[in-house]
Amino acid sequence: MVPVLFVQAQGTPPPAPLTLIAREGRRAVPTSMVSGQELIALDDVAALFQVTVAEDAPTGAVTVTYRGRTVVLSSTQPIASVNGRVVTLPAPVTRSGRRLLVPVEFLPRALAPIYDRRVDLRRTSRLLIVGDVVVPRVVARVDAVGPPTRATIEISPAATATATPDVGRVLVRVEADALELALPSGGGGLIDQIRAGDQPNTVVLILGGNAAMPRTAITTVDGVARVTVEVPSTAPPPAESAVPPSAPPPASDVLSAAIRQQFDLVVIDPGHGGSDTGVRTADGLEEKELTLDVARRLRQRLETRLGVRVIMTREDDRAVAIDERAAVANNSKADLFLSLHANGALGPGMSGAEVYLLSLDREGEAVRRRRRTDAVSLPALGGGRRTLEVVPWNLAQAAHIETSSTFSAMLEEELRRRIPISPRAVQRAGMRVLTGANMPAALVEMAYLTNPEQAGKARTDDFRNSIADALYEAIARFRTFADAKAVP
Amino acid sequence: MNRHRVLPVAIGVALLGLLAWGVTSLLERLTARDATTIVTATPPPPSETPHIAATLFYATAEGDGLLPVQREVPLAEGLVAQGRQILTAQFAPPPAPYVSVIPPGTALRAFYVTEKGDAFVDVSGISAAHPGGSLTELLTVHAIVNAVTANLPAVQRVQILVDGKEVDTIAGHVDIRQPLSRDTSLIRAQEKIGP
Repeated sequence: MVPVLFVQAQGTPPPAPLTLIAREGRRAVPTSMVSGQELIALDDVAALFQVTVAEDAPTGAVTVTYRGRTVVLSSTQPIASVNGRVVTLPAPVTRSGRRLLVPVEFLPRALAPIYDRRVDLRRTSRLLIVGDVVVPRVVARVDAVGPPTRATIEISPAATATATPDVGRVLVRVEADALELALPSGGGGLIDQIRAGDQPNTVVLILGGNAAMPRTAITTVDGVARVTVEVPSTAPPPAESAVPPSAPPPASDVLSAAIRQQFDLVVIDPGHGGSDTGVRTADGLEEKELTLDVARRLRQRLETRLGVRVIMTREDDRAVAIDERAAVANNSKADLFLSLHANGALGPGMSGAEVYLLSLDREGEAVRRRRRTDAVSLPALGGGRRTLEVVPWNLAQAAHIETSSTFSAMLEEELRRRIPISPRAVQRAGMRVLTGANMPAALVEMAYLTNPEQAGKARTDDFRNSIADALYEAIARFRTFADAKAVP
Repeated sequence: MNRHRVLPVAIGVALLGLLAWGVTSLLERLTARDATTIVTATPPPPSETPHIAATLFYATAEGDGLLPVQREVPLAEGLVAQGRQILTAQFAPPPAPYVSVIPPGTALRAFYVTEKGDAFVDVSGISAAHPGGSLTELLTVHAIVNAVTANLPAVQRVQILVDGKEVDTIAGHVDIRQPLSRDTSLIRAQEKIGP
């Protein structure tokens, strides 16, 4: 038999170290980057998890054993047999000098099923959580610059928290072993910075020079604890007389000011419903159920964090005609329309989220180039005439295709940060539900339910929250973009 | 043996020899075929039935696009009859290893072409067994549109009807209320099967 040769790998350090958190404490886990893959040495895995690693030179197979349970790794295929069940890995086991390296995904996918304790890899926050330690996700943001400046710190799943206001700072302490932090890079208004505290379970808000004693409140809704911090200013408000009266706007600007509106209403469309189940997984998860659940999570975030109004095209499991979905958005003059779906393929290999925006035919392209729709002048009640925009139903989206494209790019970026994304990340296609939407609009396929791994993850709170977070962040970014565009 | 008996025997031997040569040549031709060529599941058409090479569209191995595959379909008289033959072949289960993007049970009810060059493909049973998902629905729609437009140059656009009626979508995603033009964005590398 010919001995199998391992691929030799030369790595570079990862952009940030991986930190293992367990009851015993925390420690850095050495990893290296090879061809875009983050790899961990099997001898380090052996030391951290008390597993035995054995190499079968003739076949090239590597066996990892823990208390009689085994993982067999192939050196030629990116797969592992875990207690007889095959799981996929991003790359096969490779060799660097005398050391054997595996992708870090080996830990949650192959080691976790044979290990006694939980092994949870959170790549975004660079945490490897082992055992029953409590590590909630903590998201902080400045909601209003003010004054007063308002900030929110959300803890999910909810944990007991205390907020201690002091001169120049607020200390937030969470009853947890560690925190998975998502903090803004800068501050805003009277908050200079929000950063990790000295202890692993604390967050500190650093206040600016004019900040008065802050007020804090803590609430828990839908499994999320929310710490709200309001920072008033010590400086007196500017006297009204100090501001010179502004000149009356030119007559031509009155109309544009009247039609200019701030971004304040989002319509979320949970795809399918009722007898239309959408894609169904082998174990019975239906697309219509997933879309409704993620839509509810997104609504909760948008209403409480962003303060925008949200309308859903369905609140429960019922069928909604496809035209009715866009009509809900058009009739309520929504600023944004987002349709949620889950994908299906003919084979199990396809995976990852995808974003769709409408592709235009020749007629639609002509509307886009004109960048406006036709208008008619009609007699108004009480005299005079009123100009109404006339939008052909099947061309409504054409006038918004460029802003929809901007929104789609934001969706792609935020999804890519949190969940697996398809190689076909953003696509244009004749999506029926988008054609009639008279506002920026996109459709998100959250995952492939025909992929066994994605179907399994689609059932988890972690996955659904990650998607809701990504969609929320994209909408928050788009609101800033839309508001900036609306200001002359 | 007299000369009257020798002649028929000689002719018989010669015929047997010719038959043996023919069979041997055929076997050699079959075994000498390129090893990468995939043999069609259906036997070669009888020589008296004229056929044309048509491009049909199946799923790629990953299921992420359409694979154009050249197959023999019966030659028919006229544009509409030829279109029916092409669509009937497109709707039929393909030979291994190809995977159809048309749901099982889909049947062609009618096919006609307007003077403007718009074709109408009227089908039944396409929605009931469709597995759903935007990607799969895009593949289904564009396999039909491309099968018609790729093989019938006179047809520029194709509208799909279901049970004789205009419908919004097949499975809730892709707009098929209007005639659609050929879309090559989903097409991957080409293959040829069959003789």
